[in-house]
Amino acid sequence: MEVSMTVNGREVSADVEPRTLLVHFLREELRLTGTHVGCETGYCGACTVHVDGQAIKSCTMLAVQANGSEVKTIEGLASNGDLHPVQEGFWERHGLQCGFCTPGMIMSATALLDENSNPSEDEIRHGIEGNLCRCTGYHNIVRAVEYAGAKMRGEDPPPPDWEGAE
Amino acid sequence: MATSSALGGSVRRREDPALIQGKGLYTDDYIPHGTAYVAFARSPYASATINSIDTSAAESADGVVAVFTADDVSHLGDLIAQVVVARGRPLMAGTKVKHVGEAVAMVVAESARQARDAVDLIDIDYDPHKAVIDMREAVKDEVLVHDDLESNTVVAWEAGPFGDEEAIAATKQTIADAKDRDDTVTVSIEAVNQRLIPVAIEPRSVVAEWDDGYQRFRVHTSSQVPHALMGAIKTTFGLNANQVHVTAPEVGGGFGVKLNVYNDEILTCFAAQKLDRPIKWTESRREAPGSSIQGRGWVGTATVVGTNDGEILGYELDVLSDMGAYEQNFTAAIPFLGLFVGSGQYKFPTHWKATCVFTNTMTTDAYRGAGRPEAAYYLERVIDAYAREIGVDPVEVRKKNFIDKFDEAVVSPIGFAIDTGDYSTNIDKLVEVSDYEALKAERDKAREEGRYVGIGVSAYCEVCGFAPTALSELGFSWATYGLPAGFYGTGLVRVNPDTSVTVITGTGPSGQGHQTSWAQLVSDRLGIPIEKIRVIHGDTEESPMGIGTFGSRSLAVDGAATFDAAERVARKAKNIAAHLLEASAEDIELDADGGHVVGSPDSTVPWDDIAAAAYLPHRLGESEIEGGLESHVVFDPPNATWPFGSHLAMVEVDAETGNVEILRYITVDDCGNVVNPMIVAGQVHGGITQGIGQAMFEEAVYDSDGNMLTGSLLDYPIPTAGDLPNFELSSTVTPTNINSLGAKGIGEAGTIGSAQTIVNAVVDALAPLGVKHVDMPLRPKRVWAAIQEARG
Amino acid sequence: MYPRSFDYVAPNTLAEAFNALGDNCKVMAGGMSLIPLMKMRLFTPGVVVDIGNLPDMDQITDEGDHIKVGALVRHGTTASDGLIAANAQALATAAALTGDVQVRNRGTTCGALAHADIAADQPAGALAADAVMVVESAGGSREVAASDFFVDSLTSACGPQEILTHIKIPKAGEDEGSAYDKLGRRGGHSDYAVAGAAAWVKKSNGSIEAARVALTGVGTKPQLAESVAEALVGTDGSDAAIEAAAQHAVDGVVVLEDLYGSEEYKTHLAKVYVGRAIKQAIANV
Repeated sequence: MEVSMTVNGREVSADVEPRTLLVHFLREELRLTGTHVGCETGYCGACTVHVDGQAIKSCTMLAVQANGSEVKTIEGLASNGDLHPVQEGFWERHGLQCGFCTPGMIMSATALLDENSNPSEDEIRHGIEGNLCRCTGYHNIVRAVEYAGAKMRGEDPPPPDWEGAE
Repeated sequence: MATSSALGGSVRRREDPALIQGKGLYTDDYIPHGTAYVAFARSPYASATINSIDTSAAESADGVVAVFTADDVSHLGDLIAQVVVARGRPLMAGTKVKHVGEAVAMVVAESARQARDAVDLIDIDYDPHKAVIDMREAVKDEVLVHDDLESNTVVAWEAGPFGDEEAIAATKQTIADAKDRDDTVTVSIEAVNQRLIPVAIEPRSVVAEWDDGYQRFRVHTSSQVPHALMGAIKTTFGLNANQVHVTAPEVGGGFGVKLNVYNDEILTCFAAQKLDRPIKWTESRREAPGSSIQGRGWVGTATVVGTNDGEILGYELDVLSDMGAYEQNFTAAIPFLGLFVGSGQYKFPTHWKATCVFTNTMTTDAYRGAGRPEAAYYLERVIDAYAREIGVDPVEVRKKNFIDKFDEAVVSPIGFAIDTGDYSTNIDKLVEVSDYEALKAERDKAREEGRYVGIGVSAYCEVCGFAPTALSELGFSWATYGLPAGFYGTGLVRVNPDTSVTVITGTGPSGQGHQTSWAQLVSDRLGIPIEKIRVIHGDTEESPMGIGTFGSRSLAVDGAATFDAAERVARKAKNIAAHLLEASAEDIELDADGGHVVGSPDSTVPWDDIAAAAYLPHRLGESEIEGGLESHVVFDPPNATWPFGSHLAMVEVDAETGNVEILRYITVDDCGNVVNPMIVAGQVHGGITQGIGQAMFEEAVYDSDGNMLTGSLLDYPIPTAGDLPNFELSSTVTPTNINSLGAKGIGEAGTIGSAQTIVNAVVDALAPLGVKHVDMPLRPKRVWAAIQEARG
Repeated sequence: MYPRSFDYVAPNTLAEAFNALGDNCKVMAGGMSLIPLMKMRLFTPGVVVDIGNLPDMDQITDEGDHIKVGALVRHGTTASDGLIAANAQALATAAALTGDVQVRNRGTTCGALAHADIAADQPAGALAADAVMVVESAGGSREVAASDFFVDSLTSACGPQEILTHIKIPKAGEDEGSAYDKLGRRGGHSDYAVAGAAAWVKKSNGSIEAARVALTGVGTKPQLAESVAEALVGTDGSDAAIEAAAQHAVDGVVVLEDLYGSEEYKTHLAKVYVGRAIKQAIANV
């Protein structure tokens, strides 16, 4: 089937089998391999991208369902070489270790902040429940989102909380 | 952004810019031209004879390139493992399958979808047999996993101390005598340390390419031990080490599951050579319970005997450890790693025994902590139960029995030398930073209000930073892979002619930040800013013979080697600078600009000139300094490192439902000197979380036929952000004396310290109801059942 | 990870959709339940009829005596919509506790109802709200009471050639309140329900005039706990009355044991959550 969509601002179209998942379309057809596959059941969230502005799991959506949609992946988040504040937050607050869940986590976090510019810690924790991380224990991911939220609101981010933080 | 290169600075990670932009290259992201894809047909039975395999329909299916079975690979032998005591794994099952999920046939197709489709077309006729799934049954030998072996028991590790039969007998007698005394208390806990699925978020993946012209393999794999795989491939295929190039690019979490050489990796190489095209296999999450090792899986009894005021006179552990159906890289050695810390940080006599048993289940092997979390769990649970029994504060009981502070190695009751330790200072700090007395008052007040709030404390001492190479005498080395190399560290530091620095290490991170910490180590010695330092890892062709990343060993062993190599390069750079400045090398100091004569800022030779002299050695004239500016250090430490710490959890239990909520989690860890506190904190956070995962959520469950009931993340819940509190970390610093950094490992400490802390807290919360123990995971159903049982 | 092959149609009108619905078809809205099943190869329809393009079905509208929730209303919308909150708080809470953010962004309330998972949240909310399911096909339209809609595990009254085009939720009066609470599989509220309950009450002169209580996660299907409601009606809604009524939580229910709980435990939990839901429903009046 013919499918067309806008991915990171670029019009793309291809002939795909109906069973092609959006994540496979992105990874294999478009070679946008920043979006990852971590499970089969839609639980891990490593495949999270934005479709029409909302965070969704691209492993639980057929490519044909995204026909005509605007898709944004991790590769499309930075603009003109400037990191998105959420990306900066993950870097500044050590919000990633192995990095495999990170693209999906960042896409969820950006959608969260788009909807709620000043989330509480509890709102952040529940807002990223659809993204599993096995490395960080989420502590620094929460700090990263707090950092990004502050930046996006034009405030000074809270200082890091590790020992001897500068 | 902090870019302080000094050791101890929280330098932001060098690896992050790629990873936060989706530019990291994980194995599955690598798709060479012409790649064909593998899918496996796997056994639905835990024990069966294979009568026939009909692959004809699969072979003629769309896109299928080839189908292989055990007959096609029988000439390659079994999968090589580091130590096989009783039975290793075949590459594919030939006549018999021994666990659900065992690979029976391998499809290669033009696309991954077609390979998967064709698997459904393979017709395998099985004759199922009675399987034995529970190790408590297996140890009876009524049903044998391998009917050509006499017993399901692989080996029994016994110590008290290790390796001295007479002493063991004496220890047993000492403990028995203590139990017989009228003035002592004996407390036992029978506990399960349940089997776990590691769940690195990146599924394993391998891409193999065969260069038929030069007769070489090039293999990308998601591995913690690329050199071991290189050895396994070269040995299996009859090649030399220099004909096999294994690369572990970004590795999306390891935790032990990638500390293994797998049959799928060898089989993918086989297909690549046979078909002369790139071959890829990527694991799916639901096949992982049959394709990737699992962890833990112990059951047994821990007993403490002590006085009424808290002096422990003896400790016994007697457990079974589930090996699964075949041994792989470390399988039967995992309980042995637990034995190393069988007596923990304590001075009391210890008798310790772990019996390793085959069952018709997936192989177990290293999962974060690997033997040490299990050992610490039993020890710290039973000490807690003893403290409760005699009514003495659990902190006091621990302090009373700790080995006193030492800065030269002492031999533990279990028989191993511990490098350095200061356990009382550590737990005193926990008492202080947690405001333990106030927490207890808070708990007691909650109890008066009818709430079930509890405080759990535990302490641990673990062993990590695996070395020295003398451990090869116990079987720890890559010798069976055709590479007789032991657990040393290796680091190569090269100042390039343009003054950039290339660092090559024998380990490969799966999130631990080597690119950053190693750059800090080198920058500290040379003064060259970390921005100019590139760290190469996980590559068998670029790196000197490396051992890999496991057992929290990278920094303490390979990091220390790298630090020492950087120091040697610094010395040489000083010699060159001294030569060029006509000064004495002892008077030269290095910084970002180059070499200076101490106290004479005008006497400077820039790095450009130092490097140029090194690579234009005629400029070195009569100095006897050799050309080049690099050093490779192989570091064989005298011992492993023995970090320690104390953890505290405060929980609240909803006694009506059994639901547990963690209110506070406070730690004081001691990993000696710290290179990057930010990275260390991250390691502790992640470690704690995996321990909490075991304590509260995770359990690999087989039914009585050996079917895995928890094979997807739907049924195997790992912690989410919403399940966890913020972590409150502190530290004490007791440097090791076995490496030049004074640094001990920290990757597993959080996991080793945490599970029992949570269980101790929940038992404390429910103590007013009479609950004495609840097995993990503390799912609400289990906590509720324990409450019902205690209530009668 | 890779579904088997299937055909796919994405009709633009309801008429086209009915036309497409032949044998071995499956209607898909958000796909949050169907796609994982297909990926695991546990279920593969011959044709997936994606109703995602059907117009005007993503609305929640005030229809005078009831609220209409269209087939493409996402969980997240149900969770945050003012009309739902005012008239069926139990359903709003159930939607808010369904899945995670990404699932709530894609999955639909009607889809979750039609899927009829025994441990899903929103069926309980719909039962407590006395929602009416409007099921349409080429042959016409029929209305099914929520209490008749959930037939068995993963089986609803919506047939394979039918589409649950919308549900109708009765408007709530000022003396009514509802609530949903559960224990999730992960503990707390996370994940599918080990046991969950939704309750609706109508108060009159300080006593409970009418009540509906629904269970999920416990039995073979989401279902009403009618004897709880009977026991509650006419009481003053005191804690003692609630506890007494909650003892009937599993009357007539076949309680299923699973990885997350024994029969005994789930029976107990059903009572606990029935009690908690009723208490909160009364508080929400």
